[in-house]
Amino acid sequence: MSKYVVSCSPHLRDNVSTRSIMQDVCIAMLPACIAGVLFFGYRAAIILVLSVAAAVLSEKFYCKAAHIKDTTGDFSAVVTGMLLAMNLSSTVPYWMPVVGSIIAILLVKMIFGGIGQNFMNPALAARAILALSWATAMNTFATPAFGNLAGVDTIASATPIAGGSYTMTQLLLGNIPGTIGETCKIALLAGAAYLLYRQVISWHIPVAFIASFAVCCLIWSGFDMNVVLTQLLSGGLILGAFFMATDYSTSPATTKGKIIFGLGCGLLLFVFRCCKKTPAEWCSFAILLMNVVSPLIERVTGNKSFGEVKK
Amino acid sequence: MATTQTFGGGVHPHEIGNGKNATNSQPIVNAAAPARVTIAMSQHLGAPAACCVKVGDVVNMGQVIGEAQGAISAPVHASVSGKVVAVSTCVLASGKSVPAVVIDNDYEDRWDESVKACENVDALSAQDIVDIARSCGVVGLGGATFPTAVKLNTASLDPKPDTLVINGSECEPYLTSDHRLMVECAEQIIDGIRFAMKATGVSCAKVGIENNKPDAIEAMKAAATDGIEIVALPAKYPQGYEKMLIYALTGRRVPNGKLPSAVQCIVMNVATCASLSDAVRKGQPVIDRIVTVAGRVANPCNLRVRIGVPLLDVIDQVGGMTDGVRKLICGGPMMGKTMSTLNTPITKNFSAFLPLGEESVSAEESACIRCGRCMRACPMGLMPAKMDALVRHGDYAGAIALGALNCMECGSCTYSCPAKRELLQAIKVAKCIGGNIKA
Repeated sequence: MSKYVVSCSPHLRDNVSTRSIMQDVCIAMLPACIAGVLFFGYRAAIILVLSVAAAVLSEKFYCKAAHIKDTTGDFSAVVTGMLLAMNLSSTVPYWMPVVGSIIAILLVKMIFGGIGQNFMNPALAARAILALSWATAMNTFATPAFGNLAGVDTIASATPIAGGSYTMTQLLLGNIPGTIGETCKIALLAGAAYLLYRQVISWHIPVAFIASFAVCCLIWSGFDMNVVLTQLLSGGLILGAFFMATDYSTSPATTKGKIIFGLGCGLLLFVFRCCKKTPAEWCSFAILLMNVVSPLIERVTGNKSFGEVKK
Repeated sequence: MATTQTFGGGVHPHEIGNGKNATNSQPIVNAAAPARVTIAMSQHLGAPAACCVKVGDVVNMGQVIGEAQGAISAPVHASVSGKVVAVSTCVLASGKSVPAVVIDNDYEDRWDESVKACENVDALSAQDIVDIARSCGVVGLGGATFPTAVKLNTASLDPKPDTLVINGSECEPYLTSDHRLMVECAEQIIDGIRFAMKATGVSCAKVGIENNKPDAIEAMKAAATDGIEIVALPAKYPQGYEKMLIYALTGRRVPNGKLPSAVQCIVMNVATCASLSDAVRKGQPVIDRIVTVAGRVANPCNLRVRIGVPLLDVIDQVGGMTDGVRKLICGGPMMGKTMSTLNTPITKNFSAFLPLGEESVSAEESACIRCGRCMRACPMGLMPAKMDALVRHGDYAGAIALGALNCMECGSCTYSCPAKRELLQAIKVAKCIGGNIKA
């Protein structure tokens, strides 16, 4: 036997790994999480920790029970846990992030085959199940108080979606009622810029998503820029467009497919938000619905090969 | 510098390996004459040559020892003068076992009488140049080793080619043999290009060189004559693949399943042009080539090595291998083949010898995360991860339907995969099995 390895080329590999990609996503979400803790106090921090811990432990448990290799080292469970917590209000009971993470990892991700195989975004699907099961808890939000870590006023207050009125600065900075990770748009945009810079995500889905939604709003509002900007900076749109709609497993991999997917998300969100006057946020449902048609979109938008020419 | 279009996709492995720096500023070194050479009868694309010497024969340098068989083939010449000690087989880098002639060197370097300089090169007709290329065993030295005479013989082509595309891009990491050749022998390359232009009746030649070789671009520009354009290309792998190069230099896309002649182009490597010049002017057949020896060796360099020298001798010339060698690679790290033994002889396609360490052994693969990096990297616009999934389910025909046969095996997909999956290997399996199913 020769001591030399014989294998198929190539013999060099890029440094990027699944783990490094997922770690980049975590880094990108960190500013928004920190902002959430600063605005909504210690409860937000506890929810984040519980959610991440439950997600990682559920995956560890599943791998052990199913006798497969422990996959928690790839950090994807951490991403799911963080995303779920970012989609929860800081006032939810502490068991809720735990239940949500278990649903996300076991029911939505692992039983379909784990990373890359799930057909819905795990964190979003879990959020949807929680929202449908415990609607009141999921739609009660605290009034933010910057730096008041000891705890904030838990009196239910109206989110911008539910008719609350806030200034543009408030919407951008995030001292408005909402879920832990969705309110601080500046932190979210900084994280999004990092993901784009690191080439973890491409611009196609977020831009198509936000642009189609903005155009619909513009027409619907009779070309009132103020309404459009308020809509863009309200609710979970920015979080959803950059961090959830771009999930690899549940969005098309083709460039054309990405644009169609983004357009679909934007249109659905517009229909849900503007034509249906409910106080709840529908961004996650718009993305989930598009998740389901993503394989179809990918199928009809197959790549054109380099040498495919007109006869 | 002229700006050119470039293909979509591609990767930047130079940034990882950056192995070119070890050798790109050192002059080419002539390797010491070998004691014994093992010359393979199949060093080209097409039918193997038939051995025409027997044990005990005394042969001269440049003498034909293997005769070309059929239209697509090339003769093989003795790279030393000496005595034939065996007619046996040898194992090539590809793993194939082929007939070979073993010659003991008498160190006299006695040229064969058939090797003589051409007295009046201007009087040569196009057909004369094609004939010389054939008799001198000139083949594509970029790696594919397609017989050059077949390429230059354009009489039967319709439409007639109008552009000669010369590959000086050398996009593989570590490799600098073409780079050094362009710096040191620019005139010889240009001379060869002019013979190729004459043979093919083409009036326009474009030489593509990646912009990470400014000294080579400068030297080639200084040597270039009328009708020969030197074009700087973005440094991106696989810029040197013929379809990508044609697109960059002419804007034409070679249709799937077609050859460059379909878009009126002929593609030749710079090293091939240099050997064509030697063949036409001096009558010299291909008996040596420049090999980049880099990676885990004591003194990385570019060696001019005789055809048939075993790797063990090559390693001695560069001060031996350093510790931790895990793979022996023939060619570049992106497309090169791995060898299990150092007995492999140098052949005409041996552009580099790279002993690489642990970094060349792939990490354990994990599940596909559908990130789409392989698709974005694929210069041919294919979907490697999808084909990989189909192949793993045994659906080879499905992979073929997705265009697996258009894959040129550049390895950009595997290189870029964050889950470290062997995507190219799966596609190769599909091409091999699925291609047969269809046929």
